[in-house]
Amino acid sequence: MSIINPFRNSIFLWDLSIKYDKYDIVVITKTLAVKISNGMKTKITAIILILFGVLIGYYTYSSQPTKPFKLGLDLAGGTHLVYQADVSKVETSEIKDSMSALRDVIERRTNLFGVSEPLVQVETTNEHNRLIIELPGITDINQAVEMIGQTPLLEFKKEKSNIADIIKEGQEVKEYLENENQLTPEYITSHPLAFEDPYEDTGLTGSLLEKSSLQFDPNTGEPTVLLSFNKEGRELFSKITKENVGKTIAIYLDGSPITAPVVREEIKDGSAEISGGFTPEEAKQLVRDLNYGALPVPIELISTQTVGASLGEDVLNKGIVAGIYGLIIVALFLLLWYRLPGLVSIVALGFYVAVMLALFKVIPVTLTSAGIAGFILSIGMAVDANVLVFERVKEELKKGLNIEDAIREGFARAWLSIRDGNISSIITAIILFWFGTSLVKGFALTFGIGVIISMFSALTITRTLLLSIAPRGEGGKLTKFLFNN
Amino acid sequence: MWIIKNRKIFYSISIILIVLSIFAIFFYGINFSIDFTGGAITEIEYTDKTIDLDTLKTNLDTLDLGNYTIQQAGEKGIILRTKDLTEQKRLSIINVLSDNNQTQLVEKRFSSIGPVIGEELKSKAKWAILLVIIAIILFIAFAFRKVSELGKESVSSWRYGIVAILALVHDIIIPTGVFVFLGSIFIDYQIDILFITALLAILGYSVNDTIVVFDRVRENLKDASKNESFEETVGKSLSQTFVRSINTSLTTLIVLVLLFLFGGDTTKHFALVLSIGVIVGTYSSIFLASPLLITIQKWQNK
Repeated sequence: MSIINPFRNSIFLWDLSIKYDKYDIVVITKTLAVKISNGMKTKITAIILILFGVLIGYYTYSSQPTKPFKLGLDLAGGTHLVYQADVSKVETSEIKDSMSALRDVIERRTNLFGVSEPLVQVETTNEHNRLIIELPGITDINQAVEMIGQTPLLEFKKEKSNIADIIKEGQEVKEYLENENQLTPEYITSHPLAFEDPYEDTGLTGSLLEKSSLQFDPNTGEPTVLLSFNKEGRELFSKITKENVGKTIAIYLDGSPITAPVVREEIKDGSAEISGGFTPEEAKQLVRDLNYGALPVPIELISTQTVGASLGEDVLNKGIVAGIYGLIIVALFLLLWYRLPGLVSIVALGFYVAVMLALFKVIPVTLTSAGIAGFILSIGMAVDANVLVFERVKEELKKGLNIEDAIREGFARAWLSIRDGNISSIITAIILFWFGTSLVKGFALTFGIGVIISMFSALTITRTLLLSIAPRGEGGKLTKFLFNN
Repeated sequence: MWIIKNRKIFYSISIILIVLSIFAIFFYGINFSIDFTGGAITEIEYTDKTIDLDTLKTNLDTLDLGNYTIQQAGEKGIILRTKDLTEQKRLSIINVLSDNNQTQLVEKRFSSIGPVIGEELKSKAKWAILLVIIAIILFIAFAFRKVSELGKESVSSWRYGIVAILALVHDIIIPTGVFVFLGSIFIDYQIDILFITALLAILGYSVNDTIVVFDRVRENLKDASKNESFEETVGKSLSQTFVRSINTSLTTLIVLVLLFLFGGDTTKHFALVLSIGVIVGTYSSIFLASPLLITIQKWQNK
C-alpha cells in the first residue's frame, strides 16, 4: 500500500487499481512521473530559496554603511517631548487650524537645531490636543525646551524718527552690493544706519489683539486682513495711529517683519485693515500667524524623556549579543534534539533572521529596545512552528509511514495548530499596536511581523528543504537515525 | 494519563500560587513606575568622583523636591526619582548634583512624565488587557465552533474559550505577584509600560500554547472511536503535545534568559517577566487548561 503515496487518498487509488486492472499501470506510472519531477522541483526550489536567503542577508549586511537600521530615540539617544496645548480659549472650529499653525512654528524652530529628522506631530483626541516632538541626537534638553517653549511674539512697531536715513543707507548698501560682491569693514562702519532696524517698539503686542480674520474685497476680490484689538489694545492702537498718520506701522512675527501697512487715519475702534499685494494664500497664512500670535495657544511641557547616546548604544550592543548567544544555543538544542530536521530548521531560522533584518530596513521599522525584545521573542516563536512540525513528523514515522510521507503528513496536520496559534499572536500584536506609546508600538510591530514571517519560513523553507533531502522510499538505518531523535 | 489523574494536585499548586500572588499584590501594593503615576527619573554618571549619597541628600533637601529617592547605579552613577519636574527644577537638580558645575557629569537619562499621561496610560493598559482577553475568547469560540458536534460527551466551544481565559488570568496574576514581591525588595522592579507589554505578550504566548493542545483534542475527537471517553481523548492529546510544549517553551526560555543575563538594563526586567510568564504559561496550558476541560465536562454532565 505504501509503494507510492503522494496523495492522501491513495488508498482510494489502490482500490481502483484492483477493480480496474488496466488502469492500474496507468495510474502508477503517472504518479511516479509526477513524483520524480516533484523531487527535482523541490531540490531546485530549495537551492533557489537558500540562495535567496543568502542574497537578502548580503543586502542587509552590505547596505549598512549607506542605509543603516533606523534606531529609536532610546537606542540612538535623543529627546522626546510632549506638550499639552491649552485650547480652552480657542473656538472649536479653529482648534485644528491653530494646532497646525503651532506645529508649523515649532517645526521651524526645531529645524534650527540641524537635527536630521525632527518629528513634530499633533495628537488630537476628544480630551486633549498635544504636540509630540522627537529630536534624535539632541540630549541637551535645556536648549531644546527653551527654543521650543518660547511663545511666538507678534509686535506692532512704529517708524524710527530717522527712518528715511536708515532706508536711504540701506538702499545705498543694496546698490553697492549689486556692483561689488563683498562689503569691506570700512564700508560697513561708514554706513552704520543701514544695519539698523528702521522700526521701534510701541508696546503693542499680540497679547492685545483680539482676533484677525480674512476678507475679500467684494469689488476687486483682493484679500484683506482684518485686525481687532481688545480694550487696552484699542486705546494703544488709537494712540499709535494718531501719532503716525501717513507713516507705516510694521508688524513683526518672531522678530522678523511680515508686513508694513501705511496708516491713513487714526483708528479708534481698534480694528484695522491690511490690504494690498497679498495672494489669498499669503493672506490666509498671515491671518493664521496673527491669530496665533494674538491667541497664543499656550503649551505646557508634560513629559520629557532623554536618553544619552552612550546608554542607548549600550542597550543596543547588549541586545545584539544576547540575540546572537540565544540563536547559537537554540541552534545547538535543535541540532541535538532533532538532528537532520534540526539542521534544516537552523537554516530556516537563519533565513528568517535575514528576512526580518532586511524588512526592518526596507519598511523601515524604527528599532527600539522593546522592538528588539519583540524580535528576540519572535525567534522563540519561529522555532515553535518547526518544533510542532517535527514532533508531528515523528509521530507519523512511528505509525510506519515512510519519511517523505511522514513529512507531508506532519506538515498538513501541524498546519491547523500553527495557524490558530499564530492568529491569536497576531491579534495580540494588533491590540498592542493600538495600545500604542511608541515603545509598545515598536514591540508590537517587530513581534507581529516576526510571527507572520516565521509562519512563512516554517511552512515554505523548512518544508521545501526537508522534502528535498528526504530519501525516497524507506531509507536506511542512518537516515532513520537522522530523522529521529 | 498521569496529568489528568493528578489534576487536583496541579489545581492546588496553581491555586496556592494565585493566592500568594494576590496576597503579595495587596500586602505590598503595586509599585507603579512613573509611566503610570507621573514623576521624574534622572540618571547621571560622574566622570570621576566618589559618590557620597549622604552629602548629596543634604544638598538635594534644600530644593524642596517632596518625596524623592536617590540610589547609586554602578560605580559612578546615580538614579534620582522625584515627582515630575519643570525645566527649572531639573536644572537646579543638575546644579546641585554637579556642585554648581564644579564636578563633571554626564546626563544619561532623564524622564519626566506628567500625572495626566500616567492616568491615561493606566486606563489604556486596562483596556488593552481586557480587549486581548475578549478577542481571544471570541477567536477560540470561533475556531472551535464545530467542536461541540464532535463526540457524544464533548464540551461546547465557548467553554474552550472560557478555560483558555482562566489559564490566561492565571498567567497574568502570577508574574504580577512575583514582580510585586521583587518590587518590595528592589526599588527597580516597578510596574512600568514594558511590564504591561510583557504581560500582553504572555497572553499571546500562553494562548498559543493552549490552542495547540486544544487543537489536538479537536483532531482526536474527530478520529475518536465510540468507546473512548472524553477524558481519554484529552489525555491522549496531552501526551501527544507534551514534548512539543516543553521544547518550544525551552527554546523561548533560552532566548529570554540570555536576554536577561546579557541584555541592557532596559530589557532586563522585561525578559524576566516574560520568562516567568513563559513558565507559568506552559504550566497552565499543560496542567491546567486541558484538565479543566474535563472538570467542566464532568460538571456539565452531572
